[in-house]
Parts: sequence; C-alpha cells; structure tokens
Amino acid sequence: MTQSGYATERETTEGRVFTVTGGDWNTVTEGIDPLSNEKIVVNMGPQHPSTHGVLRLVLELEGETVTEARPVIGYLHTGIEKNLEYRNWTQGVTFVTRMDYLSNMFNEAGYCLAVEKLLGITDQITERTNTIRVMFMELQRVASHLVWLATTGMELGAISMMLYGFREREYILDIFEETSGLRMNNGYIRPGGLSQDLPESAVKKIRDFLVYMPKKLKEYEDMLSGQVIWQERTKGVAVLDVTGCLALGITGPVLRSAGLAWDLRKTMPYCGYETYEFDVPTATTGDVWGRYLVRVAEIRESLKIIEQALDRLKPGPIYVEDKKIAWPSQLALGVDGLGNSLEHVAKIMGQSMESLIHHFKLVTEGFRVPPGQVYVGIEHPRGELGVHAVSDGGTHPYRVHYRDPSFVNLQAIPAMAEGALLADVIAGGASLDPVMGGCDR
Amino acid sequence: MTTNPGSDGGVPATQPVGANLDAPAQVPPSPAKGMFGITGTGDVSGFGGLVRRRPTTVDSPRPFGGYFDEVYDALEEAYPGFADAVEKVVVDRGELTLHIRPDRIAEVCQIMRDDESLRFELCSSVDGVDYLGSDERRLHVTYQLTSMTYRRRVRLEAAVAVGTSLPSVTSIYPTADWQEREIYDMFGVVFDGHPNLTRILMPDDWEGHPQRKDYPLGGVPVEYKGAEIPPPDQRRVYQ
Repeated sequence: MTQSGYATERETTEGRVFTVTGGDWNTVTEGIDPLSNEKIVVNMGPQHPSTHGVLRLVLELEGETVTEARPVIGYLHTGIEKNLEYRNWTQGVTFVTRMDYLSNMFNEAGYCLAVEKLLGITDQITERTNTIRVMFMELQRVASHLVWLATTGMELGAISMMLYGFREREYILDIFEETSGLRMNNGYIRPGGLSQDLPESAVKKIRDFLVYMPKKLKEYEDMLSGQVIWQERTKGVAVLDVTGCLALGITGPVLRSAGLAWDLRKTMPYCGYETYEFDVPTATTGDVWGRYLVRVAEIRESLKIIEQALDRLKPGPIYVEDKKIAWPSQLALGVDGLGNSLEHVAKIMGQSMESLIHHFKLVTEGFRVPPGQVYVGIEHPRGELGVHAVSDGGTHPYRVHYRDPSFVNLQAIPAMAEGALLADVIAGGASLDPVMGGCDR
Repeated sequence: MTTNPGSDGGVPATQPVGANLDAPAQVPPSPAKGMFGITGTGDVSGFGGLVRRRPTTVDSPRPFGGYFDEVYDALEEAYPGFADAVEKVVVDRGELTLHIRPDRIAEVCQIMRDDESLRFELCSSVDGVDYLGSDERRLHVTYQLTSMTYRRRVRLEAAVAVGTSLPSVTSIYPTADWQEREIYDMFGVVFDGHPNLTRILMPDDWEGHPQRKDYPLGGVPVEYKGAEIPPPDQRRVYQ
C-alpha cells in the first residue's frame, strides 16, 4: 500500500492520511490486519436520536461487538441546585420541576415532602392534598412510562408505538393543564399543599381516562408483545441481575425486572400510599423484555391507584392550616391564564391591610425553615428519587441535592453494553429510561 | 431624624426644608437612619443586613428511639475502632446521622454493608454540603445508606477541610463512582482510591467548584428592550 502510484500518504497531526483513488481499495485493505486493526472508537452522541437527549457514549468496537462503553454526561447541566440557594423555599418548586422533565410531579413532590419534613408539618398535610398528590404522581408515572414505551418503540423500529404513546400522554397532560394551567413544569405541588384545588372538570377527565387507557394498553400489548422483532430485540438483551443492580445503585423498574420487588411506595410509604391497594409487578429475566413487562404492568397498577384516589376524594382544604406557611394566593383560571382570583385581589387591596401585609411578607420573603437536614426518598418512574435538603434556619434552602435515578442508573450502561452488540446498546440504554434533564440537573 | 414637625405636639423648633406656603413639609433623612428608622438599603425582603447564626449540631442523648439504638449498638459491636471513628451522633426529624472521621469512612461503610445485623446493601445517595464559616472542616460529604433487609435508613457524614481528601467508597458501593465525581466537581473534595476522579457535570477545563458557598451564582445580565437586569446574585434582594 505504500507503493507509489497506488495510494499517496502523508503525515498529519491526526495520524497518517491516505489519498486513495480509483481501484486501490484492495491494496489498502490488504495492508491492514483484520484481526488487530478492526478496533474502532465510535462517538455516539451527544446529538443522537437514540440516546434520549444529550447523552454521549464513547464506544470501542471490534466489528459489531462493544468492548468498552463510556457514558459522558453533563451536557444539560443547568445548575438548578445552585440556583435554588438564591430563592426562597416556595420558589424552589419552580426550579425542581424542570429537572426531570418527564416526571415533574415527582420532582415537586420530593422537594415538598423534604421541606415539609424540615418544617415538621408532614402530619398536617390535608387528606385531600395527599390524595391529589398521589393521583397526580400516578398520572405522571403513566405519562412517563408512555413516553418510555413511545421512545423505546421508536428506537427499536416500532414507529407506530411512538405515535400512540405520545397521543395518550397528551391526554394526561390535558388533565394537568386543566388543573394547574400548564402541561409540563407545573409547579403544582407546593410546600404545605397544592397551588390550587382540583376542578370538577379535571375529575371528569380523569374518569374518562380511566376508561380509555386500559383499552389502549391492550392495543400496545397486542402490537408489541407477540411481535417477533420486538421479542428478538428485547429478550436476553442488556441483562443486569439483582446483585449488579444493588452494587450500581439501580432502582425502579430495572431492579424489579431482575426480580426484587423493591418499591418505596410499599417499603417506605409516604403520602398515604400504605392505604392503597396495588401490587408491585416484577419479572425475573432482568433484560429489556422484563423491563417492558414491568413498566406496562406498572401502568395498570397506577390506574388502579388513581381510581382508588378518585373514589376517596372528598372536599376539603388543600393547604395546611398554618397561615405562615400556606401560600396566601387563591388562584383562579381566568381568560388570560392562571392568576390570583379577583375576589382575593379585591380583599387584600381594598378591605384588609393585614391581609396585604401578610401576603407581601410571605411572597417576597417567604417562610423560615428550622435548621437541620433531611433525606426523603420517593418512588419515581425510574427509581428512587432522593432529596437531601439542608436548612440553616433561613428563608432560602441552604443546600438541596437531588439523587436523580437517571444519573445513578446511567452508570449501568457499561455493565449492560460491554461484550454485547452495538444495536443492543440502544435497547439497553433505552431500557434504563434516562432523562438527561434529571441526570444533569 | 433630628427634627420632626409635630412630634412634641407643638410647633417645630426649626423650619424643615421645603416647608413654605406652597410645598409640603420635608424632613431631610439623617445619614444614619432612613424612613421608619431603617438602616442600610431599605430592603424589605428581610435579608438586608441580617446576620444569621448557624446553630451547632449537638450530640443526641441516648436512647435515640426507633431502630437507631439497634444500628448504633450493632455498629459498635462489629467495628473495633468505633469509639475513635464516630465523632458525633445526631438524631433529628426521625433521621439518624453518624458523623464519622473522614479517614474511617470507607471502613465504616464496609461494616455497614457486610455486618449481618446492619446490612445496608444500598448506598442511595452521596452528596456534599459546604458549611462555609462553620469551622476549618467545612466540606461535608453525606452518605445516605439504605438497608433493604431491615427497611432502614442511616446517614453517615464526614467533614473535611479544603485541600484534604477522604477515602473513596467506590470499592464497597460502586454506585458512588459518579456521585463522588460530582462532589469532586462541585466541591473539590478529593476521594483517594477513586478509579477515575474527573469532572462529570462541568466541562473538563472548568476552574473552581461551583457548589461551594464562596463561588458566586454567576450569570450574565439580561437585556430586554434596552433595560438591563443584573444576574440573580447581584440583584439587591439576594445580596
């Protein structure tokens, strides 16, 4: 290959460059030993449709086999934890809801449970609030799992699943919009309560959804479960057993697909989950197929919980009684969007000076939280969402750290991918359901 | 305020500035105090000039309550260097925190994971907190351990000074790999024995450790229609 006239070569800073023309390919390839030289490094991402956002995987390949996989993250780091320290406790909700953008309700709930534990008002959260929180978390779980089904379907070649999954998710986002005014990044769950009450129209929508969703779920299973390509792409792929999961800190559907029924809603209940009747679905295969089965079964369990929550929904206050914590606004949905109700504005502006002062102090300064630290773990669609909140007694968080399941679970990619085929990296990575907004925060 | 018209119910001793027939009376503000006796910026948000004292965490007395005593006793029994390694025990808001000497943290984690009566199989979270201004060992690393067998949680906390290191727990809990990298990235805590201690969230060539309390929030001024809004940490209310 170094003969002159066949392929000219020159040294560059990148290495040796051959200029090949005409029919010289044979000469070039013959000169390279196929056994020792077939190792190539592929940089997958950070812009890649199959990596669920800006995840970068550096893969070392021998042929089609992955010998080394290194995930690189941080492309979506926005410094949310740092920003929280410059806002008051209530404003924090607005930030945390934007972390994992597919499970906003969980981010908010985890944060609020931590703040409430710091304040020592966990027991004072009203029954209605807890019921609505549970209901919305479960709706969010269904929405998140639907996006998982949609994107994973798309990545493994089932494009219709992508359309169906997003279509049904939009139904849930409509319910959120009806209630909080926003499809995503709701800022709905607040320390001490909820930003506003659940309207009757949303209750009706949820009832309709409970009738509508099981039929659709059946359709998905009809479409995917028996399909040969889907089975071939998922069965025995990206296996991770319980030992591997625990060592790597993997929780959620991935751990349950390996056979361990660890679900914080059952094992360390919060928000009254112990009073609901539901099962923790598991599989024993520990592969992508098992994770698919577990997630679809979890959607069914979530629907069961939503139904029970709807049945026990009774009118009542949504904020704690303590007026020094409960947000003083009374939001209403007007023609121009969500805002303070006109009655409330009329009262604080025209009738009660004390109401105005109280409103002003609480909104500008916020409430004080006694010093200390807490850790709250809740069951997120992807695993354990841990919130470590530290207060120094002020009106701002001193430090809030999110143990986001996407961040921890992504560490499993080398364990799943190395030694397997390149195509299985996509399936394995997708089965972890990483959301980079939560991972990088 | 040196003079206040009508404060003694009578005629003011000196004529306030602007007190003529046409203009309303104006009293010049004294340099030391503004209106309503407020000093400084007149910030009504509650933060202006507020000096906050951080209460020191104190040892909790026994019995700790719940399963905390069992965990404490089991660790004491299983770990010979217990008295030396545990600096403080704090029970607060139903959570147990064991403050561990930083050089012993890996040993303690090993016992916590392996001992039959402890069995903290899962390291839920590792993260850092910067207690700037507390004492020399201002950087705290907290480990949230979960026992799936007994359904318990315990927090270990190790405090180090800037520039000192503590042993990595990655050989005991591999999940701590990325979390220790994040603490290194954000706080500059060095973990001895970590296989690949590099930045994880910030770019590789970043200078400084953003989550430290003496690191500014940063940001660029936002310009909109000719008006400029300073970055959040330079706005009056947050200073």
